[in-house]
Amino acid sequence: MDNTIQIKTMAELAASGEQPDVLFWVGCAGSFDDRAKKITRAIVRILDHVKIKFAILGMEESCTGDPAKRAGNEFLFQMQAMQNITTLNNYNIKKIVTGCPHCFNTIKNEYPSLGGSYEVIHHTQLVQQLISEGKLTVQGGAFKGKKIVYHDPCYLGRANDVYEAPRDVIKSLDADLSEMKRSREKGLCCGAGGAQMFKEAEKGTKEVNVERAEEALAETPDVIAVGCPFCNTMMTDGVKHFNKEQQTKVLDVAELVVQANNL
Amino acid sequence: MISTIVFVLLATASTSFFIWNIKKVRRNILLGKEVDLSDNPSKRLNTMLRVAFGQTKMAARPVPFILHLFVYVGFVLINIEVMEMLVDGLFHTHRAFSFLGSFYNFLIGFFEILAFLVTFGCAVFLIRRNAVHVKRLVMKELNGWPKMDANIILCSEIILMSALFIMNACDQTLQARGAEHYIKAGSFPISQFIAPFFSGMSNGSLEFIERFCWWLHIIGIFGFLNYLPYSKHFHILLAFPNTYYSNLNAKGKFNNLDSVTDVVKPNFDPSYQPTSDPNNPQRFGAKDVFDLTWKQLLDSYTCTECGRCTSSCPQNITGKLLSPRKIMMDTRDRLTEVGKNIDANGGTFVDDGKSLLGDYITAEEIWACNTCNACVQECPVNIDPLSIIVDLRRYLIMEQSAAPTELNGMFTNLENNGAPWQFSPADRANWVNEQ
Repeated sequence: MDNTIQIKTMAELAASGEQPDVLFWVGCAGSFDDRAKKITRAIVRILDHVKIKFAILGMEESCTGDPAKRAGNEFLFQMQAMQNITTLNNYNIKKIVTGCPHCFNTIKNEYPSLGGSYEVIHHTQLVQQLISEGKLTVQGGAFKGKKIVYHDPCYLGRANDVYEAPRDVIKSLDADLSEMKRSREKGLCCGAGGAQMFKEAEKGTKEVNVERAEEALAETPDVIAVGCPFCNTMMTDGVKHFNKEQQTKVLDVAELVVQANNL
Repeated sequence: MISTIVFVLLATASTSFFIWNIKKVRRNILLGKEVDLSDNPSKRLNTMLRVAFGQTKMAARPVPFILHLFVYVGFVLINIEVMEMLVDGLFHTHRAFSFLGSFYNFLIGFFEILAFLVTFGCAVFLIRRNAVHVKRLVMKELNGWPKMDANIILCSEIILMSALFIMNACDQTLQARGAEHYIKAGSFPISQFIAPFFSGMSNGSLEFIERFCWWLHIIGIFGFLNYLPYSKHFHILLAFPNTYYSNLNAKGKFNNLDSVTDVVKPNFDPSYQPTSDPNNPQRFGAKDVFDLTWKQLLDSYTCTECGRCTSSCPQNITGKLLSPRKIMMDTRDRLTEVGKNIDANGGTFVDDGKSLLGDYITAEEIWACNTCNACVQECPVNIDPLSIIVDLRRYLIMEQSAAPTELNGMFTNLENNGAPWQFSPADRANWVNEQ
């Protein structure tokens, strides 16, 4: 990360009467969590590299309301949703790329009936499109021939049937993409969804993230690839649980592309 | 003549009783809240044909898929033979369809092979449940009646099919002897192997056994039909309407509560007109079966307790109390209890001080859910346990303020900082300068 990229907010663009091609919805994890911020920066690297005109909401962005909604707090969800919809509609936003499957799902599926309709894509879909359109050429780089196992985030996979885009990106790195027994439709949750990220687990025999990390590590991968900042946290903790963090890295699909190509 | 009268009485009684029970189930289902699922009829029909008729979601687990396919196809097609039995019973004929000639012979032979496959499938299912102990088939929520129910169904089907074989074995022996009434018809690829056991018997004994098995089969069918509304086996009928009314949206899309929109939206849009009736305030979320939609209640009656949902649930796999199957079983059990209450009180429900949440499903179960949709994905008849879990959570949060402490912390952060953690909104774009 040598040269700093100019990142404009919607407020700045609007002041000069400009519209972005796409709004980058960073999300709470991508904004505040130190590990997830690295993913945010990787996404920005890619957007900048292909010269997409993008903007962020900056301080005007607020949680989509996803964790409140899954927890059952519909009031709080709708307050958050309508506040964000007001902001997005004021800026006449048409297209949004998100760095998090939860933001992706909520804005795409749950905002329209509250008055917020946008074209919403997840960053792995955007990267896959850029590659297939020839706008982004990638090489395997450090990941060529490396064993990568991909963990499906529930809110990208089952919730929205996005299974192939992230896999296509990994394949373009000439990596050895291997599958866990429970993958795609059968993918096992990392344990974070449904607001579980923000509370202790109920009494049981095992943590969900340990169960999932164990399954991923059974493939002896060099990298566990994810497409969600919460999965990233859960899988990283799971790998640490087995003291395998030296052998196996947990990386976002966007980070793979950036690292392989020194973007 | 007497046998015709007995038959007609039996057929009428069993059909009437079945219709009476169906009306009751329908009434119970309609205790649920209204939801409009009349859109996209062609897409819905397509889903029903694919998922229920075509069994596409069963294929994910090949062994039970093949065995279930035997039983399913066998049971559906053997009903053609039951039609002949109905005709024979009504008009005191024997093998009324035998005028079809060689095609009839083919059909009877084909049905015998199907009946064999049904018997084989049911036998393996019995072994899987009672000897091999497949995990999802021996979990604790199945103790007692559910386990008994499953065994009754499987044994009944084996008895029904065995009656068919024994009937045909006697019939073909009588046919070979040129006995009166027993016209030469049919082919018997399976029952020919048991026919030798009956060769030493007199015509009278054979006729008695043949008639006995005929009556056993037809009474068995009538009995089985009337067993369905009391059993998890109801899925053989309800799978069709239930898949027709499937959720056609992306699985990640949870419904937005209009009753909440009516309260929240005027803060953002003063011209907004509330859609719900102010004189009939709705409870937020679900405490009891009355607060669920009729589709969620239909789901509960459709569940055949196969446990694919529970065996794929990340929380159940890791030893937590949550079991999506139990959510569906509890919903149906509570609904049945409510239905009995209504029957006992002349058509109106009298508060029994119980509710689905609390008396059947505990808070610990629903708070464990990851909302990962694995259960929804797995269900071979498109049941949605997740929507019930979320509605129960909504009640706990919005009507009871009974969230786990840490979640209350998260809500407070969301309200104050616009993020689930305690960070200042002013720091949201700090990462820009940390490149």
